[in-house]
Amino acid sequence: METDIMINSAFILICTALVMLMALGVGFFYGGLVRKKNLISMLTLSFVSVALVSIQWVVCGYSLAFGPDIGGIIGNLDYCMLQGVEMSGDPVPDMLFMMFQLSFAAITLAIITSAVAERIKLSSFIIFGLLWTTFIYDPLAHWVWGGGWAQTLGVLDFAGGIVVHIGAGFAALALALVIGARLGFGEHNLEPHNIPLTLLGGALLWFGWFGFNAGSALAVNEVAINAFVVTNISAAAGALSWMFAAWVHGKPSSLSMISGAIAGLGAITPAAGFVGPVAAVCIGTISGILCYGALLFRLEHNWDESLDAWAIHGVGGVWGSLSLGLFAIPAIGGISGLIAGGYSQIVLQLIGVVAAIAFAFCGTFILAKAVDMVFGLRVTKDEEYVGLDISQHGETMS
Amino acid sequence: MKKIDAIIRPEKLDRVSDALNEKGHYAMTVSDVHGRGEQRGIRLQFRGKEVMVDLIPKIKVEIVVDAADAEEVVAIIKDKAYTGENGDGRIFVYDIDKSIQIRAE
Repeated sequence: METDIMINSAFILICTALVMLMALGVGFFYGGLVRKKNLISMLTLSFVSVALVSIQWVVCGYSLAFGPDIGGIIGNLDYCMLQGVEMSGDPVPDMLFMMFQLSFAAITLAIITSAVAERIKLSSFIIFGLLWTTFIYDPLAHWVWGGGWAQTLGVLDFAGGIVVHIGAGFAALALALVIGARLGFGEHNLEPHNIPLTLLGGALLWFGWFGFNAGSALAVNEVAINAFVVTNISAAAGALSWMFAAWVHGKPSSLSMISGAIAGLGAITPAAGFVGPVAAVCIGTISGILCYGALLFRLEHNWDESLDAWAIHGVGGVWGSLSLGLFAIPAIGGISGLIAGGYSQIVLQLIGVVAAIAFAFCGTFILAKAVDMVFGLRVTKDEEYVGLDISQHGETMS
Repeated sequence: MKKIDAIIRPEKLDRVSDALNEKGHYAMTVSDVHGRGEQRGIRLQFRGKEVMVDLIPKIKVEIVVDAADAEEVVAIIKDKAYTGENGDGRIFVYDIDKSIQIRAE
């Protein structure tokens, strides 16, 4: 192996592990936000997402996303069971690239568990997760990264604003509308039971996001360094802006701060390889306020997208993907956004965003309806009442 | 004086507490408890087998009031904690011999 490829590989191996930690960190983040009787369930859903996608990706997912193109829509099955995925490749071996991308697919499904918190049947989630990753995530990843139509057109998504965050956020909204609100939603208190646990999960996400974004350069280079820097800037700006926005409405809660950080992280993700530090401050600040507004909008409309994957990841992903077309400067990623005098990229980004929203939302809605009709997505009223920890796992915290 | 112990559904606490507040009954002690009533918990089906979930999480509200107010407090709790289904809880009323405020001389 050449020295450059070895250095890049060392870096991406670490980044892959960081993204895997994020996928499990989502469980702690969400686990603290539910009631105590559903903590184990929430953690388990993230772990199940990682396990499920790990197998799906090896069997057919990687091939469908990154295999040789069929009509710009989907990859073929040449890489089924990782046949033909080699230890060669530049800037990193294909086998390592496969693993890095696996971690992205895993965290995307973990984010979607937001929509079904405290009421999903574990068996149905496994079926839904398998179908969702195969029929929604894999094509979406192929469109944007695997040589599909969006990539050919010139739509850019550095580390997953469209594929991961819009994909997960709008899928979560569709799934929440199909499964319906939790018992007592809007009637009685469904407050988070353990904020420190949520902050721990948030910390794991912030930390892991460096691997998510810097790793997406796929090499040890200037783009990776830039991505690392702007990731932290945007997270910090988002944390502060959401916290201040919440302060105006009441208290500067720690939950508002960490939600803002994740909104900032989600928004910078698609743009991290194309924008500089000043743009990162703008992207993060606006994402904090915008995503907080989306959360208020969701509550006004009584949508029980329980843990706000839509408001934070979905809306943050949309803003970040468009902001790429606004703030990109050629010195970093070779692309000019609107402010640098390039007028076409923002149109391309808009096309990518609209297509991803439509596909993720409508596709998930149909898939969720189908699973609901055949297997039933939701636990019984009694099972929901005693909590999913006991009813689904036979385990309890207390 | 009377002491009222009310075992209620956790999700009903806010409504009970707000209603008591409105009528000027501010003092209360609240704890998380687990228990079962005459139905002996909740029966669930798990992989075709029946599973009994014993000891359901509940909230215990303890309130001490003048004897004359006891009926009103009981009526408020009964009204606000009611769903009509099994597991709504139970209220116990006791006599209190003495009530001493620690801060008072």
